Parts: sequence; structure tokens; C-alpha cells
Amino acid sequence: MSQHTHEDARDVILTMDHIVKRFGPVTALSGVDLTVERGEIHAICGENGAGKSTLMNVLSGVYPYGSYEGTITFDGKVCKYKNINDSEADGIVVIHQELALSPFLSIAENLFIGNERSSHGVIDWDKTRAEAKKLLDRVGLPEDPDTKIMDIGVGKQQLVEIAKALSKNVKLLILDEPTAALNDEDSAHLLDLVRQLRDEHGVTSIIITHKLNEVAAIADNVTIIRDGATVGEMFITPETPLDQDELIRKMVGRELTNLYPHHPSNTPGEEFFRVENWTVHHPLDPNRVIVDHANIAVRSGEIVGLAGLMGAGRTEMAMSIFGKTYGSHISGDIYVKGKKVELPTVQDAIDAGLAYATEDRKVYGLNLLQNVRENASLASLKKMSKKGVMDDNIERKEAEKYRTEFNIKCRDIDVQVSTLSGGNQQKVVLAKWVISDPDILILDEPTRGIDVGAKYEIYEIIDQLADAGKAVIVISSELPELIGICDRIYTVSQGVVTDNVPRQGFTQEYLMRGMTKERQVAL
Amino acid sequence: MSSATAAPAKKQEKNETMSVLRSVANNARQYGIVGALLVIVLVFEILTRGVLLKPNSFVSLIQQNAYVIILAIGMVMVIIATHIDLSVGSLVAFIGGVCALLMERAGVNWGLAIVISLLVGLVIGCWQGFWVAYVGIPGFITTLAGMLMFRGLATVIVGESVPITSNEFRGIARNYLPNILGFWGPFDGLTIVLGLLCIAALVFTQLRKRARIIKVGLVPEPMALTIIKLVIFSIAIIFVTYLLASSGNDTQGGTPIMLVIVAVLVLVYNFILTRTVFGRHVYAVGGNRKAAILSGINTKRVDFMLFVHMGFLSAVAAVCMLSRLASATAQAGMEFEMDAIAACFIGGTAVTGGIGTIPGAVVGAFVMGVINQGLSIMGVDTAIVKTIKGLVLLGAVAFDILSKRKKS
Repeated sequence: MSQHTHEDARDVILTMDHIVKRFGPVTALSGVDLTVERGEIHAICGENGAGKSTLMNVLSGVYPYGSYEGTITFDGKVCKYKNINDSEADGIVVIHQELALSPFLSIAENLFIGNERSSHGVIDWDKTRAEAKKLLDRVGLPEDPDTKIMDIGVGKQQLVEIAKALSKNVKLLILDEPTAALNDEDSAHLLDLVRQLRDEHGVTSIIITHKLNEVAAIADNVTIIRDGATVGEMFITPETPLDQDELIRKMVGRELTNLYPHHPSNTPGEEFFRVENWTVHHPLDPNRVIVDHANIAVRSGEIVGLAGLMGAGRTEMAMSIFGKTYGSHISGDIYVKGKKVELPTVQDAIDAGLAYATEDRKVYGLNLLQNVRENASLASLKKMSKKGVMDDNIERKEAEKYRTEFNIKCRDIDVQVSTLSGGNQQKVVLAKWVISDPDILILDEPTRGIDVGAKYEIYEIIDQLADAGKAVIVISSELPELIGICDRIYTVSQGVVTDNVPRQGFTQEYLMRGMTKERQVAL
Repeated sequence: MSSATAAPAKKQEKNETMSVLRSVANNARQYGIVGALLVIVLVFEILTRGVLLKPNSFVSLIQQNAYVIILAIGMVMVIIATHIDLSVGSLVAFIGGVCALLMERAGVNWGLAIVISLLVGLVIGCWQGFWVAYVGIPGFITTLAGMLMFRGLATVIVGESVPITSNEFRGIARNYLPNILGFWGPFDGLTIVLGLLCIAALVFTQLRKRARIIKVGLVPEPMALTIIKLVIFSIAIIFVTYLLASSGNDTQGGTPIMLVIVAVLVLVYNFILTRTVFGRHVYAVGGNRKAAILSGINTKRVDFMLFVHMGFLSAVAAVCMLSRLASATAQAGMEFEMDAIAACFIGGTAVTGGIGTIPGAVVGAFVMGVINQGLSIMGVDTAIVKTIKGLVLLGAVAFDILSKRKKS
């Protein structure tokens, strides 16, 4: 394609110049520069939390003009969007990770939602269907426009979203992790479509993705964002393909500081936990493999990390192990202390000595309507009762013990957990599982969304647990964190455990390579 | 030296007052509804020129509203767990019909008839619990179906009406505990003894709770607060005891049997909800079902058991209602589910589940009962009474939501 010769003067459609966005005291974007050429596919790469989604929200007017610093110029005009409608009027359409379609309405109805084909307030169904059919043809989706959204798969829904964007005369299409929820075939089809829109209709696209192989396959240009700032740009041409190692270096090249307590590895003891050939399918779409023949093992006293990008299947692996709370068609073997076990329910998993502190503490971890004591005891009520009657004093004693030990900052144990800060809520979740006295703890994103000080305290708690001979598995999206606290790290990419790295092999570049390894499509 | 020791003592005193105030503020909603009840009682006491709190009208207040309290006990648990039960009114009619037929047509002894009726309630509870917990039909739908079905079945089995002939059975709703200790002046001796025993039990349990908290090395609520609570509750018990002891007629008086039934159920279920593992599970399921599942709670069994309890309590209400009306009809228990649900919400149960107490629901039931009783003493038309009850419900929940919004 001749339009990708960068020697020519660049025909720029969008520039974002030194964008700064603050949320109260937190700076989410500290100076992002982005230049997108007309008719290119521009990838934006960065670690979780680097600020990619915030940047797109600034661009599309979710954060209105005036709430950020810096200037945005689109199509030669300075943008002052107050909301999404303003940016859509200019032809900027964002397709979010969570699709915004109404499942009970038809494809045609969804396409024109808020933009109905009507005369005098009455919907013109013939026109709606005819135009819907045309749009569906353009995205290569041979479905009846009257089909309900709930009756088509996620891949096709994604295409409907793109058709909807086309109906709004899109000039700049922004796709946020478009293939995160798709299987390989649907992903390939979607990427083909984005390419086709560029070549045949001149639509410019920005694609945010974690899958580096996709970047290499589709992008003309890559902007790398780290810690809320642009760190580099890489052009891709058939002659100069993407250097993935270089990209990884730019994504993670942050200095490690001493944010982690010094903790020499324990001599690993007996093997407490082993999972063999663990395979999990998507609960609704059994054709999608979420975890693919995973093998992991953890010994007493060890802190083992599971590193992977969003959508790699780490949480799904943990939940499917913990009483089959995720997935369908689960197969594989679990061994606890060398003995094979079946864990069909959460209670079975707890009885076998497992604990799983969930990723999203507000949705899965805590009962926000109850107090610290009641939350801390929830997984151990059996032990704290006689013939079904609670022994309040044992409960109070245990809760009080961990309030002191974990330094949970609250007036007393009868305070509602909803009034606690994120870090202290997280400590309540940890207390709940430590009180259940497990041998194996799986901690999913134990420090997400909490401040640096509380993070340090949580790392200390994790170290104490390992010192007490527990086997600890930590799932985290922050590589430096895993490197800082783990004795060993498994890298996970697209449901496959790609590597098992001992402490001396910890470098961000090496681990990121394992986390972005392409899946071998096994048939 | 002296000033150095005096300062911390003063500070501690201040802390004590602070924590009393804080505890009051924390439970503002509960104190608020009790306060509202007192105001309503006072208003009607004036409007009815003192008739409301005459001993005999107080007894009939209890006898008339017993069914709401009994049903509200179960309903509050169901609502905490984010369900609802619309079928309880129809169950009262159906189980009442079964009970009446057992006694009048099958010639079953009244005691056995009650036992069988309670079993029928449990079985119906299992039936509804099965559909909700294990099939996954929302409680609203399952019990709406139950509401229609059991009203229909009640009509089928009862026909016009089945009058009750057993005097013992009819006595449940209208008689008093036997006057075994005789009259002490104008007062029933047994009632006074029971009242004093209640106060003694209250003081004993509160002090023992304190002692045990101290024993395990924890800090109890301030002594001042405990004493204030004990004094207020004791005064309330003394007042009720006085009313009851002077109630009745020439032949009997004192403590109505219905009050004993209701009191036992309130105590037992309050114990279940606050002190047992099952009670914790109910709150956990209502507050965050996903977190409850991931904490190893068998949420399906909790759902199932709740409807079994509700079926049992509906049967108790059915027996009480049948005894009161002395005749089974297909129309018995009409709209009882609405009274029970309203009592829960007036009593501070959260519409979205997770929050609620049995004492709160009991107070809510009394609010409705007093308004009912007060207005009917004043001779207000029942249609107007209904309208006012509707407004009170709306007002109570609106107050709840607005005060929460203000807090956040």
C-alpha cells in the first residue's frame, strides 16, 4: 500500500498534544502525545493501568473539554467535546471492551438505537431493515437484521458494533481490546475487517490491544504509553516489521524501586499444591478454551506468581480450581499435599485447605453492608459455632487478633467495611481467608487500587504467610510487584502456562515475552 | 501531679460520652422507628381520649395484630435474602381450611389438627423453596403462583365456610394464661411475676454478655449505655405488665395466650437470625450473593430453608387466625402478605436486601397496628384507614432513602 510511505509529509487526522488528566490528587495521564495519520491503523500499547483507556475517554469526550490539559486537533479543528455525542458528530466512534448492545433487541434496532430511522416519531421499519442489511453487508455479517443480539456470538456482536459505527459515518474508529473476548477465528475475521475498512473506505482506526502478534499483523504505527506518558512511537512497514522485543522493552522500562520488603526465599518444603492438565472452557461458549492444559505446582513456604496480561485466563484458572466457580467442561487433576482431590464446591475447596481472595473485593470479596467482624468470619462460621449456634466471643477474638496483626485501620471490629479505605478492605479480605486457616492461598490482585503504604503492608502479610509455611499463589497484573515479592513466576498467555521462571531469571523483558507468547492453535 | 492524673480521667469520661452518642447515632434508624412508634401511640392516645391504651384495647391490639407479627418475622428474613413471599395470605386461608376440616369433618382432636397444619405449612414451604432455590424461579414469581394456587385450593376445600366448634381451639386467640396465682388487688398475679421475670432475664443476659466480652479481653460498650438501655427497657416492660395485669373481664384476665405465642416466636427467630450460622448466611446471601458463594456458603440451601421457615410461620398464623375468626373461609388472610411486607419496610428492612432485623419488623407491625386500632376506635372508615396506611409506608421508606442519601 502506497499510503504508508513515511518519507512524504504526513497527512495527520488526529493530534493529541501533551494531554494531562488528573483525578483529584492522582495523575492518570502526565503528558501523552499521539499523532495519527489519515487512513492508518494505529496501535496503542502499554501495561495495564498505563492510561490507555483514560486517553480514549479524553478523546471521545467522556471527560469533557476543560477537565484535562493539552489540546486535541481532529481533522484540522481543535476539539472541545462536552460529551460523546459531540465526538460522534465529528466521526469519532469508540467501541468499548464491554459491548454496549441491548441483548433483547434485534440487530437492526441496535444499529439505529438513538438514531432511529423514522418519520414524525414513527419508525420506518422497511427503511430500518434495508439500511441495516446494507451495513451488515459492509462488515461481512450475513445475518438477518431481525435476529436478536442475544442469539449471535460475541464475535458477531463485535461486527454489529462496527456496523453501528459505520452508520454514524465514522472517520476514526477506536477499538478498545476488540479481540479480548473472541476466539482465534473471530479475531482474525475482525482484524481483516478493520484492514478492509482502511483500504476500501479510508477509515482510520486506533486499536488498543495486549496481543503483540496482532499489533505486528495489523498496525501501521504503534504508540507506546507507560505510566500515563508517551514513551515512543514505532512505524511498521513490510520492510521493517515490528521488533516485539523493542516494544516490550518500551512497555515495561520502568525502574524498580524499593517498594517491596526484603524477604529472602524460604527453603521450599513439601509440595502442597499441584494442578495438572487443567483445562477450562468458557461458561457460555464451550468452544472457547480459556485455560489450556495448565500445569502448576507450589511448595510450602513458597510465593509463586502468575503473570499474565488482562484476559490471559489467570482469574478464570483460579476460580475454576476453587470449587468450580467459573467455566464449563473443566478437566484436569488437583493434588493437595500429594493427594488427588475433587473440589466440586467452594466448601470442598475450603475443607481441602484452599483459600481464594478474589480480584474485585467489592463485587466478589466483601459484604459491604456488614461489619469487619462479620466479613472476617464469613469463611469460617463452621469453626466458630457449636451445633449451628455462633460463639460470638471466638469470632470477636479472631477478628480482633487480625485487626491488630494486619493493622486494619478502623475504630473497632463493628465498623461497616464500606467505610474503610481500599487497603483496609483488602486486609479484611485477607483476614477472612487467614482465619479459615488454609494451607494454600491464592491471592488475586491483592493490591489493586490501594495506595503505596497499604501495598507494602500487604506484601509483609504475604511474606509472613510464606514464613508460616503456607503455599502462596499471587496473581497480579503489575509485573514489578510480582518480581518484587515472588520466589518463582509462571507466565500465562492466552490460557497457556508458557514459562516457569525462577527468581534469578526475573527480568521484566523476559517475563513479558512469556506473557505475550502467541498461542499455538492446537487442533 | 494531681492535674496530670485528672486530665486523662476527664478525657476518658469525655470518650465515654462520645461513644454513647456514637452508638446512638449508629443505630439512628432503629431508634428513629421506635421514636416514631411512641409519637404515633401518643397522638392516638390523645385523639382517642385515652381509649387506645386502656388495658383491654391494648390486649385486643396484640390479638388483632399477632398474625402480622408472625408473618413479618419470616418475611423479614426472606426480604433480607433479596426474595419476597406473596403467598402467605393465601397460605393462611388454605392451611386454616385444612385445619378446620380436620377438626370438623375428620373429627381430629384440636391439638393433633394443629400439628398436622404446621406440617402442611412445612411441606408447602419445601415446595416453594424447591422452585426458588433449585430451579431458579424468582421468589416473586414462585409465590405469585402460590398466591393464586393456594387461594384457589382454599376455595375448593372450604366452600362457603367451616365453623369451628371446639372451645379449646377457639380459646387460643381470645383466652388468657390461667390465673393460677390469683388476683393481687386489681392485678393478675401471674402477669406481674412474668413481667418481673422478664426484667430479671434482661438484666442478667445483658450483664453476662458484658462479662463475657471483658473475659475474652475485648472492650464492651460503655457501662452507661448498658444502664440507660436496661432502664428504658425495664420501664417499657413495667408499663406493659401493668396494662396486661389489669386487663380482662370478671372471669379471666392477664397475659393473653397470643402474646405468649408471638413472644416465643420473636425470641426464637431473633436468636436464629442473630446468633446462628444460618442467620449469618441469610445476611451474607442478601448482602452479596457472589461473595457468599465464594466464601463457601451453600446459597441454594439458604434460599430453600427460608421458604420452609416462611411456610411454617404461615401455618402458625393460619392457626391463630382460624381460632380468632372461629370459622374457616376462603377469604381469610386476604392481603396479609401486604401487611407483613409493609411491616418489614416500615421497620427498616432494606428494599434491596441485606439489612433488616426482627425487632425492627415487630415495631413496624405495631406502627401499622396502632394506626389501624387508633383510627377504628375513632370510627374512621376502613377505606380511609387503608389510604393512611399506604401513605405511612411510602413516607417511612422515603425517609429511609433520603436519610441514606444525605449520609453519603
